[in-house]
Amino acid sequence: MMTLAHSLGAWRCDKRAAIAATIAMGLMLAAFPFMIGSALGNSWLRIVDFALLYIMLALGLNIVVGFAGLLDMGYIAFYAVGAYLYALLASPHFGLHLPVWLIIPAGAVLAGVFGVLLGAPTLRLRGDYLAIVTLGFGEIVRIFLNNLNAPVNITNGPQGVSGIDPIHLGGITLAKPLSILGFTISSLHAYYYFFLALALLIVFITIRLENSRIGRAWVAIREDEIAAKSCGINTRNIKLLAFTMGASFGGVAGGLFAGFQGFVSPESFNLMESVMVLCMVVLGGMGNIPGVILGGILLTILPEVFRHGAGPVQMALFGKILLDPEALRMLLFGLALIVVMLYRPAGLWPSTTRRREFRGESTTDALKEGE
Amino acid sequence: MLEVTGLRVAYGGIQAVRGITFHVNQGEMVTLIGANGAGKTSTLKALARLLNAAGGSVRYCGKEISTLPPHELVSEGIALVPEGRGVFPRMSIVENLLMGAYSRRDKEAINADSERVFSLFPRLKERSQQLAGTLSGGEQQMLAIGRALMSRPKLLLLDEPSMGLAPLMVQKIFEVIRSVADAGMTVLLVEQNAKLALEVSQRGYVMESGEITLTDESTKLLANPKVREAYLGE
Repeated sequence: MMTLAHSLGAWRCDKRAAIAATIAMGLMLAAFPFMIGSALGNSWLRIVDFALLYIMLALGLNIVVGFAGLLDMGYIAFYAVGAYLYALLASPHFGLHLPVWLIIPAGAVLAGVFGVLLGAPTLRLRGDYLAIVTLGFGEIVRIFLNNLNAPVNITNGPQGVSGIDPIHLGGITLAKPLSILGFTISSLHAYYYFFLALALLIVFITIRLENSRIGRAWVAIREDEIAAKSCGINTRNIKLLAFTMGASFGGVAGGLFAGFQGFVSPESFNLMESVMVLCMVVLGGMGNIPGVILGGILLTILPEVFRHGAGPVQMALFGKILLDPEALRMLLFGLALIVVMLYRPAGLWPSTTRRREFRGESTTDALKEGE
Repeated sequence: MLEVTGLRVAYGGIQAVRGITFHVNQGEMVTLIGANGAGKTSTLKALARLLNAAGGSVRYCGKEISTLPPHELVSEGIALVPEGRGVFPRMSIVENLLMGAYSRRDKEAINADSERVFSLFPRLKERSQQLAGTLSGGEQQMLAIGRALMSRPKLLLLDEPSMGLAPLMVQKIFEVIRSVADAGMTVLLVEQNAKLALEVSQRGYVMESGEITLTDESTKLLANPKVREAYLGE
C-alpha cells in the first residue's frame, strides 16, 4: 500500500510537472517568432518557418530510415509530389484554385501512393542496394518534373510553376498580415503558427506510431527480418506501411512549401535535398523523435548561421573578407558533420538503446556485470 | 500432425532438397540429422515458408500450408527458431519475448507466458532489461527458443540450436528442449550434433545430399553401425 500511495503521489507530481512543462513550452513556442523577429529580423523568421517544414520531412524520413531501417536516398521525391500537387491545383497554371484543406490531404495521399510505388518493387532490397534504387527513384521524379512540359505541358518544365496561391483557410489568407482581436501579426508569424500546428500533429502521430504494434514491428524488421517473419509479422505490408506513412508526411510538407514559397521548380528537389534530410535524421539521432527534431532545426539553421556569420567574423579577424561566405558555408557545414559523427556516432540525441549500444556495452561487460 | 511429401527446394539450378517425405506425429519429437550441406536447413526454411519450395506438399493438421505466407504460419501454431538464433539485438529480453507474442492480443496470458519462459530460463529473468545483443550465444539461443514459445505454438521447429555453443551450454539447451517436449509440445529438430539430437528425440531421419537415406526410432539409429560410423565419429 505504501508503495502504491507513494507511486501515486509521484505520478501526480509528475503529471503536474508535465502540465507545467507543456504550458511553459507552449508559451515559449508562441512567443518564439516575436523574439526572433525583433532580435534578428524577418529573414530569420523565414528560416524558422523553413525549419518547421524540415522537421516534418525529417520525421517522415525517420519512420522509413530510423524505425524500419530502410535506407531511402530519394525521400525528397515525396516532398516534390506534395509541392507540385499543390502548385498545379492552386495556381494560374491550370487556372485551378482548390481549397487548401483539400489539397494538403490529397498531397499526403498521393505521396503515400508514390511511397507504395517505390516500396513494392524494393521489398527484397536492403542497405546499399535499397539506397541506390531509392536514389534513382528520387532522380526519376525530379527529371519527370523537369520534362513534363511537352508534348502536353503539365509541370511547366524547368521554369517551374509560379503564382501559387498562398495558404488560405476559409476566408483567411496567411499571405497578408492578420489582425486578430485588434492584434496584428505578420504573414511570416501566421505561417509559423500554422506550420507549428502541423509539425506538432506530425510529432504526435509519430510518437503514437512508435509505441504501437506497428512501431514495434518496424523495429523488429530493422533488427532481423527473418526473425520478424517468424514472429508472425507480415513484413511486406509493414514495410509498405513505413514507406507510405513516411511519404505522406513528406507530401504534407511539400504542399505547405509550395503555398509558402509561391513558386516551385524541379531544382528544389535535387539529390542534395534528400541527403540533407537524411543528415538531419542521422545526425540528430536515428529513430529518436526529439533527436530528429533537433537535427532538423540545426541543419536548417547552421548553414544560415555560417552564411550570415562568415563575413563579419572575417572582417573582425582580418579586416577584409578572404573567403567567400557562400563557399565557406558548405565547408564549415561539412566539417561540423564530420565532427559530430566522430564524437557522437549515434547522433546528437540518440535513443536510450542506441546510446547504450554505442557506449560499448559489449558482451564481456555484460558477463562481468552478471557474474 | 505434419506430413511432408516429395518436398523439393532448389537454389537456381541446384537442388538442395530432392523430394523428401517425412512426418511428425502429435506430441512427438522428431529429429532431422545430417552433415553440413545435406539440405536440413533448407527443408526447415521451406516448411517455415522462408523459402519457396520447388515442389511437393506440406500438410499441417490436414491443411496444405506450402502456399501460406510465413507470417500466417505463426497463427496456425507453427513457430520457428531460426538458425544462428536471430534475436533482435537492440531490443531488451522482455521486448524480444513480447515480439514473439506479436500475433496474440491477450495481454494477461502473454504476461503469464513470459513468466513461464523466465521460469524455464532463469538466466533470462536476471537480465530481462538487458539488450539481447549483449547476451552470450547460449543466452541468445535460450531467448530465441523462449520467443518462439511466446506464440503458443503447437509445433516447434528448431534449426541447429547447438550451433556455435560451448558443450556445457549445448547440454543445457537440450535439457530445456527435452522438457518443452515432455510438456506435450510437438518438435521437429534439425541438428548436426547427431548424438545429442538422437538422445533427446523419439524418431530420426538421416539426410544426405538432399535425400532422406535412413529413418528409424532414435535409439535404433543410435545403435545403427552406419550412423555410428558416419555421424557419431566411430
